[in-house]
Amino acid sequence: MSSDVNQRKGIDTGFGGGKGRETLGDGVFKVNPITCQVLGICSALAVTSRLEKALVMGGALVFVLAMTGLIVSILRSYMPRRIRMITEVAIIATFVILFDQFLRAFYYDMSKQLGPYVALIITNCIVMGRAEAFATQNPPLLSMLDGVANGLGYAMILAIIAIFREIFGNGTLLGYPILTGTGIEKNLLFALAPGAFIAAGFLIWFLNTLNPPESTEDSP
Amino acid sequence: MNSTPVFVIFVASIFTNNILLASFLGMCSFLVCSNRIDTAFGLGAAVTFVMLFTTMIDYLIYHYVLIPLKLEFLSYIIFIAVIAAFVQFVEMFVERFSPKLYYALGIFLPLITVNCAILGASLFMVLRKYNFAQSTFFGLGSGIGWALAIALMAGLREKMGYSNVPARLRGPGIVMLVTGIIAMAFMGFAGMLKLQ
Repeated sequence: MSSDVNQRKGIDTGFGGGKGRETLGDGVFKVNPITCQVLGICSALAVTSRLEKALVMGGALVFVLAMTGLIVSILRSYMPRRIRMITEVAIIATFVILFDQFLRAFYYDMSKQLGPYVALIITNCIVMGRAEAFATQNPPLLSMLDGVANGLGYAMILAIIAIFREIFGNGTLLGYPILTGTGIEKNLLFALAPGAFIAAGFLIWFLNTLNPPESTEDSP
Repeated sequence: MNSTPVFVIFVASIFTNNILLASFLGMCSFLVCSNRIDTAFGLGAAVTFVMLFTTMIDYLIYHYVLIPLKLEFLSYIIFIAVIAAFVQFVEMFVERFSPKLYYALGIFLPLITVNCAILGASLFMVLRKYNFAQSTFFGLGSGIGWALAIALMAGLREKMGYSNVPARLRGPGIVMLVTGIIAMAFMGFAGMLKLQ
């Protein structure tokens, strides 16, 4: 019981303790949701064959995370504990539907290319994780900021993988050809699924080397 | 309407269009639960079961309730509610009638609600305009495909325990690299059958 309370407090102070700037920095770099917690990896791989798709998806995550953080935090003292999870899912799904309808109305081609992955933000563990771990215990604006920070951290990783995959897999960046004349052949493997897994594996390795995680003793 | 034969959909969703290796769905539980081969089989079986039935239920709800009422935009929220309710129902049902199965499968059931492969199968079913028979076989095939992928990975990871993986690559890093190689092998089936 008491350890539970202490742990809560630990999480509170650990994530910035009311200071916006730390919250922002933590989300983008220190506890980046993808590389440090390996959350939300599904969409991170699926939408990174082109940078444009990755940026739209990053934008979607920033929007959904920020709004979910705000609303969950506003409602945090009214939500009955027993149905908390399903309430959060409903809130997340509402904002995902909003973003999806927006894409369909104004950027239909992009919505077609992203296929089911916008809808799959609902089951993206980052959103649920932040709502549960941060928004239920912090004031609304700070929770919104935490959402933006985690969304940006997610978008950054997506952009890195996408730049790499689009250049090597497709020879273009944001649709402009950049490999023509350099003598480097494009490698279709990177545009396809295996390239995504391998690129993500190397990225995680690289970032873990730069910034070693605390528990490296896990079995492989 | 999509006119692909059901058998093609079934085989393609296991091999060439594997929901994990080609569409990247269900990675979270794949990374976390592929340590031991019996856990992987249990989770794979639970996913296959839930995916088969939720795809069927979602098909019926989408085509006979949401389309007549012109509420297609609510499909995401309805699908996730169906999945959550179905998992809850199965959990209670299995606990009541087969305690043995409950202990084997029970711990995996709550994990499945947040498995994006389940929701993904329903979304693909809508996007690709499958009919009821096609949806059923797509759900079943995708579930088997996911179970196959996680079982393969768990087998490899048990062996990998004896090898000297660089310290910083351990955990998710090496799993991603190995998954990439498995995905490459599965791409070899692509010449055989193709969905779209």
